Amino acid sequence: MRRDLVAIGCILAVAAAGYALVPTNLALLTRMISIMLLVLSLDLVTGYAGVATLGHAALFGAGAYAAGIAASRYGITDPLAMLGIGAAGGALAGAVSGAIILRGKGLGQLVLSIALGELAHEAANKASALTGGSDGLSGIAPAPLFGLFRFDLFGHTAFILAVAVLVVVFALLRVLVRSPFGMLARGIAEDKVRVAALGASVPGTLVRLYAIAGAVAGLGGALSAVSTRVVGLDALSFTLSAEALVMLVLGGAGRLVGALAGTLVFMWFENLVAAISPFHWLALVGLLLIGVVLFAPQGLTGLVVPGRERGR
Amino acid sequence: MSALLEVRGLSKRFDGVRVAAGLSLELAAGDRTALIGPNGAGKTSFVNLVGGQLRPDAGSIRLAGADITRLKPAARARLGLVRSFQVTRLFASMTPEEHVALALLQRTGRTGRLYGSYRRMPGIVAEARDILGLLGLGGVAQRPAGTIAYGQQRLLEIALVLALKPRVALLDEPGAGVPPADAGLIERALAQLPAALAVLLIEHDMEFVFRFARRVIVMVGGAIVFSGTPAEAAASPVVRAAYLGGPADAGSGA
Amino acid sequence: MSTVLSIGADALAYGMVLFVICIGLSVTMGLMKVVNLAHGAFAMIGGYIASYATQQLGLGFGAATALAVAGTVILAVPLERWLFRRIYGASELTQVLMTIGLTFVIIGVANFMLGPTLKTIALPPLLSGPVDIGFRSIAAHKLLAIAVGLAVAAGLWVLVERTGFGVRLRASVDDAQMAEALGVRTALVYALSFALGTGLAALGGVVGAQLLPIEPYYALRYMVTFLVVVAVGGAGSIGGALLACLLLGAVETSGRYLVPEYGAFFFYLAVIVIVAVFPNGLMGRAR
Repeated sequence: MRRDLVAIGCILAVAAAGYALVPTNLALLTRMISIMLLVLSLDLVTGYAGVATLGHAALFGAGAYAAGIAASRYGITDPLAMLGIGAAGGALAGAVSGAIILRGKGLGQLVLSIALGELAHEAANKASALTGGSDGLSGIAPAPLFGLFRFDLFGHTAFILAVAVLVVVFALLRVLVRSPFGMLARGIAEDKVRVAALGASVPGTLVRLYAIAGAVAGLGGALSAVSTRVVGLDALSFTLSAEALVMLVLGGAGRLVGALAGTLVFMWFENLVAAISPFHWLALVGLLLIGVVLFAPQGLTGLVVPGRERGR
Repeated sequence: MSALLEVRGLSKRFDGVRVAAGLSLELAAGDRTALIGPNGAGKTSFVNLVGGQLRPDAGSIRLAGADITRLKPAARARLGLVRSFQVTRLFASMTPEEHVALALLQRTGRTGRLYGSYRRMPGIVAEARDILGLLGLGGVAQRPAGTIAYGQQRLLEIALVLALKPRVALLDEPGAGVPPADAGLIERALAQLPAALAVLLIEHDMEFVFRFARRVIVMVGGAIVFSGTPAEAAASPVVRAAYLGGPADAGSGA
Repeated sequence: MSTVLSIGADALAYGMVLFVICIGLSVTMGLMKVVNLAHGAFAMIGGYIASYATQQLGLGFGAATALAVAGTVILAVPLERWLFRRIYGASELTQVLMTIGLTFVIIGVANFMLGPTLKTIALPPLLSGPVDIGFRSIAAHKLLAIAVGLAVAAGLWVLVERTGFGVRLRASVDDAQMAEALGVRTALVYALSFALGTGLAALGGVVGAQLLPIEPYYALRYMVTFLVVVAVGGAGSIGGALLACLLLGAVETSGRYLVPEYGAFFFYLAVIVIVAVFPNGLMGRAR
């Protein structure tokens, strides 16, 4: 409990620092927070329950498009409603993709996750009347938050909303991983047969976890739609799924704070390096991955606080 | 019929090997039955079939009259049919207390809860401490299960069976791999099993079988060749032939 | 009807290219139990070497192919020794991360050394034109792909079922510890199998370069396809891989012929259905 408060304090401190240090680029920080939600979602599924997936961006994209379509086609512009719709869209996508992915074992499971992600990408690409296709979805104009705070060009409102959402979601997830349900999920990662032998349904638990993870990722997608006012196919791309995994592993899987740290470090570096050359960035990410696997399997947070158990 | 567990005509073949050939068995409440036989006789496969980890080619399994042949392991466990594993299956990063708590939470239907650590549930904590204390695991209750001694891990397997309060327990060599010095602990743990529980135990230690079991079933090559009291088993030429040396070779463990 | 035959011929060619590339992955996955997402990168490297050999060095197609296979194997063997060996037995996630990292690095290096444009392999006149096979004419290189695929399938079958190496290979797949105890030098078997697998990948990359064009993102673009073949065919099974490749070749080619607008969508849908319905592969056994 105390560790949670410390972590939340850190989040607020870093957010305040960001606000003070880069007041002209709050959009980048807000985007970081959207992605943090995606990576937190991935941590639930991969870090806690042990499911390896390369298609998780589909849940983020589902939330982004749900919120975006609600705003641009159906006139639902209240930002909190948009977030709610994004979370719901993500949860639904999560439950469906979880049910499908869990049909597979080992390599088959990984392949299903990739194929589902690509299927979602193609579907969004082809349903261009609804999604804008490869041009993307625009015309998203969120109404002022609580009727008072406008989403202006400087991005203040968006940033503060993002930080608030992140803190609330983080706190709720910390509660979740300590709950009986969270214990089951951790058990599933270590020994599915044992979990079943205790009388708990493994597929049922995993689909529920996927729905929850989907809601978190969808929330991130919706936040991205609200703050940037556009939704593109990149929200559903394999690249995003792969990068989310890299960020999670970089920060340290299975600890929630690792997801935050990894995203922060990765996106900060990406902002610096990728502009120079995408191929160099790709090679760098590759070396980073190999390095983490060989030398720091518990990620950055594992180096700082070594040997902490998963889920503590 | 007062049989709690009824197995009829269970058959299974895989990879060309007949691991179960029309096996039939009954367990009543309070039974203490030992399943013995040479290596490769199909004893663990039998437990896998009854526990649900393996699907039979033919045959049926009934628990308290209800047909459970098509049910998955989790469903069977919820109905009161619990098994332990010959090769320990635990969650290496969780502590014994967490293991038992999880089993208790599952038994009391609380594993769907999305909030609230078990440590805030006094009933769960108390019952977990009781069970661990009963088996002498109180001292290691807060250490990750991957770091405790193998003998203690085997005891934890038994603790999980106790926590689930089953009607039928299938124990697959609970003492397997435990150093001789600690074997007594396992025996004492098994003595703690509730009297009304029907227990089927796979064992190799014949002295222990004599002390613990009221009935002995001998399996060879996927079939049951003998069923009777331990004394009858010791005297039976069929059993002696199956074992080449017979129950007199006590305590060799394997 | 002629459409069916036409699709069939193209599907066969595409399927055979997939087979030559993927069979190496199937073998290494079945043997070392490593999920190797970098396998496509080795096919790509083979294609790059052959392209360089024919375009820059002016070598003939045959020599270029041999050089491509040899060069790729020379690169692959130390990678097996220094990188892959460390992740045998590791969790699937770890293997995915390591091999994806390797793929990224190879893509970056390829771009750095040879640029982002598409590379072609100069074909000799014999293989450049179309060949009349009765109901239609088919590009000669596609016939080559089919021929190579069949030869590889037959050759592997002989190797695995009829040679001493094959016996040791099968023993190591079934039970590595036992094989080791019986005197099989499993480390050597692994190294040789990896060399064989990547060499075949390179061969496939060269032979299939007209169908799967060589550019830096090749390794990622077709990664899903290669993985699907192994997932559907079952790791370690030659027959399974062949069946899976033909099936996926048919799906991909039909999609392109019949619904070109939605080709990718139906391909992924087919993949999901096949893998979800056959979680143990087409020839797998459920326990």
